[in-house]
Amino acid sequence: MKLSWRRVRAVLVKELREYRRNGAIIAAMTIIPVVFVIQPTIAILTATSAASGILVHANLLLYMLAVPALVPATLASYSVVGERQQGTLEPVLTTPTRREEFLLGKALAAFLPAVAISYIVFVLFVAVVEVFAHPGIAAAVIRGPELAAQLVFTPLLTAWAIWVGIAVSTRTNDVRTAQQLATLASLPTVAITSLIAYKVIPANTAVAVGLGAGLLVLDRLGWRITSAAFDRERLVIGTKQ
Amino acid sequence: MSDPSAGALSVSHLSKRFGDRFAFEDVSFEVGYGEVFGFLGPNGAGKTTTVRTLGTLIAPTSGTATVTGLPLTPENGVEIRRRISVMPEAPGLYLKLSVMENLRCFADLYEVPHARERIDDALRAVNLTDRTNDACGGLSKGLRQRVALARALLPDPQVLFLDEPTSGLDPAAARDVHELIDGLRQRGVTVFLTTHRLEEAERLCDRVAILNTTLRTIGRPDELRDRLFHQTLTVRTVAPIATPERVFGAIPGLDSWRADGSATYILSVSDAVAAAPAVTRALVAADADVLSIAETRHSLEDVYLQLVNDDESVKTP
Repeated sequence: MKLSWRRVRAVLVKELREYRRNGAIIAAMTIIPVVFVIQPTIAILTATSAASGILVHANLLLYMLAVPALVPATLASYSVVGERQQGTLEPVLTTPTRREEFLLGKALAAFLPAVAISYIVFVLFVAVVEVFAHPGIAAAVIRGPELAAQLVFTPLLTAWAIWVGIAVSTRTNDVRTAQQLATLASLPTVAITSLIAYKVIPANTAVAVGLGAGLLVLDRLGWRITSAAFDRERLVIGTKQ
Repeated sequence: MSDPSAGALSVSHLSKRFGDRFAFEDVSFEVGYGEVFGFLGPNGAGKTTTVRTLGTLIAPTSGTATVTGLPLTPENGVEIRRRISVMPEAPGLYLKLSVMENLRCFADLYEVPHARERIDDALRAVNLTDRTNDACGGLSKGLRQRVALARALLPDPQVLFLDEPTSGLDPAAARDVHELIDGLRQRGVTVFLTTHRLEEAERLCDRVAILNTTLRTIGRPDELRDRLFHQTLTVRTVAPIATPERVFGAIPGLDSWRADGSATYILSVSDAVAAAPAVTRALVAADADVLSIAETRHSLEDVYLQLVNDDESVKTP
């Protein structure tokens, strides 16, 4: 099967235009990570330098990897069922667009703002810690390998959260149900990043490589599985008979 | 493989079942290239499901079909959708986007060459060139319908499916759509039109089919009238005829007659044009003061109601 990048781009551009005209979408995506980092930010800013000995043994920055897992859930879960409820899906399905092209366009449209927001929130968090925390605390929290992990794992986790969200969106009949299920489905990823942050799962090179490879495979499979779950008939008439 | 000898649409014993209920059953018909084909039926008759099936959105339960010569199979879905265009009943526009942005998106989805020129052509065809930068959410229902029509014209389809294109439109907007369909016919585009508006079908369609889960009839509107109804002459006289059975009984080609009020007579004939002079002569010979002799013309609506009411009476004995 040969993908048409013109069609993928058409879906992507359409989605980005809709985000731009609907500020509430981006606001909703930004609120979750901002709320998520308030508590660790306050904890770090109020910590005395004596706490640096404890923090140096934790991987607090990795806790921030939960952000890319949460940010795209709302957007991705709306992507298909939302269009269906608005009545805009059927005209698209009558075009020669393949489901893989449609879904890739949708996924990219969620991926770009989600990764951007995740990086921006992370950079702001690091900047606040660097400027306002005790110098010893900042040095204990901000470490090279964790910055690298954030850089690499943010897109991988975002892509995974998006495919889960879109898969949910193709199989549900209601936007609210889809959004709740997608948020629920992102919790295991949040749990794993939290367990690594608190050293229940060791944060070493082997774990990083293993998780990275696993996520790459899952992201690739996610596209295929979501495409397979995308059933035109079910989406048009509500149920598959 | 495409079959060049096949018509634009060739449907053979096609059925679609949802659970134990048939949306449509054992439907067969042919539509030639350049034909405007009307698909009529009451709500729930299966018209939209038929369009969705031929548009490759849903799979038939049984039967076969070719669309633009291509067998209706999942493997041919992309190629069929490249050759046809479907305008669903609801326009389904992106309301936050402008008219131009909506059309640009679909031009890309259809991979239309020279997209900008094609969009301009489509906008001209629906008289919307002055609204290109308006957000679709701010347009009236009639204008949204026109944008949806422009969108359907973008790929220059071989077969254009129009599902209730004038539904909810005021008479002026509906007339614009009719003119557009007339224009498409002149350009040789095959149009498959589902509608509730019988006068619309009568005016626009070369042939019509009436569906009520099964196909009830198919043919040219005048053929259907002749097939279903006897031709009739209505005779009105100043005063009741004293012995109508003697006057009408001797007329050749008259199948039957009945009185409709005191001085009106309905004559059932095999050929109205041939019978009218004989009826006139018989009335003159009987010294009847004739007010009028007129052929009663049945409309497509009469045909439709006759067939649909037949179905209803079968369902509720």
